[in-house]
Amino acid sequence: MIKVEGLTKSFGRQAVLRELTLEVATGTITIVIGRSGGGKSVFLKHLVGLMQPDAGRILVDGVDISRMRGRALDEIRRTYGVVFQGGALFDSMTCYDNVAFPLREKLRTPPEELTKRVEAALGQVGLEGVGAKYPAEISGGMRKRVAIARALVTEPEIVFFDEPTTGLDPVLVNTIHHLILNLHRRFRFTAVVVSHEIPEIFEIADTVAMLHEGQIVEVGPPAAIQSSTNPVVQRFIKGEPDNTL
Amino acid sequence: MPEPPLAPALRPFEAVGGWTIGIVESLGRFGAFFAEALAALVTPPFKVRAFLDRINFIGYRSLLIIFLTGAFTGMVLGLQIYLTLVRFGSEAFLGPAVALSLIRELGPVLAALMVTGRAGSALTAELGIMRITEQIDAFTVMALSPMRYLVAPSILAGLITFPLMTALFDVVGIFGGYLVGVKLFGLSAGTYFGEMQTFVDLGDIMVGFWKSLSFGVIVTWVCTYKGFNVGHGAEGVARATTQAVVMSSVLILMWDYFMGSVLQ
Repeated sequence: MIKVEGLTKSFGRQAVLRELTLEVATGTITIVIGRSGGGKSVFLKHLVGLMQPDAGRILVDGVDISRMRGRALDEIRRTYGVVFQGGALFDSMTCYDNVAFPLREKLRTPPEELTKRVEAALGQVGLEGVGAKYPAEISGGMRKRVAIARALVTEPEIVFFDEPTTGLDPVLVNTIHHLILNLHRRFRFTAVVVSHEIPEIFEIADTVAMLHEGQIVEVGPPAAIQSSTNPVVQRFIKGEPDNTL
Repeated sequence: MPEPPLAPALRPFEAVGGWTIGIVESLGRFGAFFAEALAALVTPPFKVRAFLDRINFIGYRSLLIIFLTGAFTGMVLGLQIYLTLVRFGSEAFLGPAVALSLIRELGPVLAALMVTGRAGSALTAELGIMRITEQIDAFTVMALSPMRYLVAPSILAGLITFPLMTALFDVVGIFGGYLVGVKLFGLSAGTYFGEMQTFVDLGDIMVGFWKSLSFGVIVTWVCTYKGFNVGHGAEGVARATTQAVVMSSVLILMWDYFMGSVLQ
């Protein structure tokens, strides 16, 4: 279980996270929604240890990682898989080597097993035969799928997705969402997905949390969020224009 | 609780204080970055493949520019020094004058400046793009140290390639001086090389060696640091690349003077 308590982060005078509190149950898909620039990616960076909060705690299976550094944090990260917004594939490596990289470097997988696992991972995301291509030679949707394969190839316990469908067409958005759902059913990892794809995310989420002005203002199952009476949630779901702009 | 506003008379002091703290913080980050890179350099696992790739990136791909600049620097030296020495009837000393200028001073400095322009800028741009596209963060969240994969191999490659490229620059430069002095002006080859053996000793070569070694560290340290700490977007990468080249070049010249004073 991931438990976030009172997470606070400011950049200069701008408060991005304000005593944010959230619980993510083991083996579930939790989707954090919210407007662009609302602190979703900053929140995710705290969860994966790329940022340290000004205050608050992040408990992963009871261990507070918010002040951790070095090897202790790396031990926690070994159970993680992360899909970055732009994929973050290594430009200088082929897709095969990108997926093989964590196996080769992190787990020291023997070569014969490595090949099988990389090919299986690429197969799971429907990308058999693209291993020899470089990230620059494939489409945006394919890059996202290679990134998902790389995140899942080590069979992590917790997978973080930072806006995995940004910039994709509606067909690809649904394809990626269903891919996440199918892989989740198969591997039973805990997933934290940051997204603003409404209403598609309601089909795959176990829990939806609405992040607004640095705080979780509503959290619950998709049906509860959709029927929420909170005007902030309703405005976001319906995509109502912001009259303050 | 926000701090109360400062009296107008004290604001200049606040500005100077803030500026000073900023400088000290930057220097601290710069030093800590190098310490972290050194720790990654001397502790296993060693990334041999990444190191060989950096040797190719910094060294092998800079060979042509080193060859060209070395040749023309030697030819210019040969021309100018010959025209000066001939006024005093001392043209026999052309060989040692060219060789000492190159080995002690121009070889290490010009080779380092050329490699900064070619490989240092590319190193900063490459790491900067990796930073803004979250590729460096990808290393971190995989529980793998980006310092071990990206920075330590570059610094080690700089330590090895800079002296080698300086040696090449010196040799090609001396040959450039030979072409002008011997082939163009008719000085005898025996005089050109013979006097060189008399006046150039191991101490001169070691001065050039220590300089090139330290330049290798300076350039790779500055360029990887700037790439790692790039600002936002394409503009941030462009700015970091420019800063890396300017800072490396200035530090090379300042350090050259310091080394020249110490290693007389």
